[in-house]
Amino acid sequence: MFLINCPYCGERDQQEFKAGGEAHIERPKQPTELSDDEWAEYLFMRKNIKGIQFERWNHVHGCRKWFNMVRDTSNDEIKAIYKMGEKPPA
Amino acid sequence: MRNKYSVFSLIKNALSYHENWQRAWKDPAPKKEYDAVIVGGGGHGLATAYYLAKKHNMNNIAVVEKGWIGGGNTGRNTTIIRSNYLWDASAGLYDHALKIWEGLSQELNYNVMFSQRGVMNLAHNLQDVRDLKRRTHANRLNGIDAVYLSTEEVKKFCPIINTSPDIRYPVLGGTLQRRAGTARHDAVAWGYARGADAMGVDIIQNCEVKGIKRNGDSVEGIETTKGFIKTKKIGVVAAGHSSVIANMAGLRLPLESKPLQALVSEPVKPIIDTVVMSNAVHAYVSQSDKGELVIGAGTDDYVSYTQKGSHQIVEGTLNAILELYPIFSRMRMLRQWGGIVDICPDASPILSKTSIKGLYFNCGWGTGGFKATPGSGDLFAHTIANDEPHKLNAAFNLNRFVSGDLVDEHGAAAVAH
Repeated sequence: MFLINCPYCGERDQQEFKAGGEAHIERPKQPTELSDDEWAEYLFMRKNIKGIQFERWNHVHGCRKWFNMVRDTSNDEIKAIYKMGEKPPA
Repeated sequence: MRNKYSVFSLIKNALSYHENWQRAWKDPAPKKEYDAVIVGGGGHGLATAYYLAKKHNMNNIAVVEKGWIGGGNTGRNTTIIRSNYLWDASAGLYDHALKIWEGLSQELNYNVMFSQRGVMNLAHNLQDVRDLKRRTHANRLNGIDAVYLSTEEVKKFCPIINTSPDIRYPVLGGTLQRRAGTARHDAVAWGYARGADAMGVDIIQNCEVKGIKRNGDSVEGIETTKGFIKTKKIGVVAAGHSSVIANMAGLRLPLESKPLQALVSEPVKPIIDTVVMSNAVHAYVSQSDKGELVIGAGTDDYVSYTQKGSHQIVEGTLNAILELYPIFSRMRMLRQWGGIVDICPDASPILSKTSIKGLYFNCGWGTGGFKATPGSGDLFAHTIANDEPHKLNAAFNLNRFVSGDLVDEHGAAAVAH
């Protein structure tokens, strides 16, 4: 449980948000040409990092907008928040 | 030579004030090389080592554990054991485990306090009723004991449940597996550790894996905080940290690690003599032999390795518990904790070889791995020793995420994940 600074609404309780999993997984450009292995990689395989992870969140009980977050999963500390389409911080 | 536990050894040791009991397992330094190394000294890992030594004559093996044995999810779960899963593959897997549980205390000469007090699953809406009836039929076709209970039968079996029709989620019925129940979680880890140690397995605690050394497509050994250990076979049974170990080997797994919480109340006199689980409202409760109510909550929906969960998850579970059991309204909660569970997209485990020769994974048990401990160890030992899965865990391979042949137990299992 922590506070999240929604880029549109400001700081709110984490309860208002829904985690959307790993960020920056690119949708295949040519889905018809994907092999089964590539589909498995896209659909199921995850980095599931202990440490700094890039992920998507949705403010479901607020503005309902998606955004990205950089969070340390070993202590739930939020390092950065940026909007969809923006470049992830280095 | 391992001394046998019996009433005579109890009397004998009582005479010396219980100060001369033999150590249950040694505290060895790692050797330079083993035939196989198990990463993770929880119930599943220790059981794997035990069956590797017992059934496959692999005695030159080690279990490495970064903390202390049984200190992870083995010591953090709500100890529920059942096998009433919907799909054939899951039914085979979990009932295999349940059959081993039934003779485990005798086999290990260690009282794991397995208590077949029954597990009841409640239905709160018409879809629940249909799903639970379907699951009951599926269970019986697979030879697993299951009965469907009406609301009155639920009330009779567990009188403290509020079956009034005007509560928010009324009890419309339920299922009962009488062979199901609970066991003492720590004893399972300790019993397997003692049994494995007696057959020559080295149990190395406070030994964290830092890297996996590969030579092309096969493994050569592991880097640990206690030095390099050479081995040709590595069985990873690291639960919530499976992805961390997989990343060391350059492998990706279809897992997400999330906090799952449980809590216990102050101890009270016996009030609930079974296990009651409720899928729709996500609350389950049983009573430990010490008298505490053991309550399981849900997972948080974000990846976290913090071993603590959100307050609102516990609050939601307790709201449901209070509506179903008004008698508990003035109970005080004593302790709350979290464990990190590794969840697969299809909520079924992975007991599998990998693309790297000699590297095996037993993971993805998610929120319900404790019940499978003996079966998981037995089948994973078979997989490691023969480099081939047993027919009972063949469906639980990593390749199912490529072929699409998933074992989807998400909504179908007896409790929501």
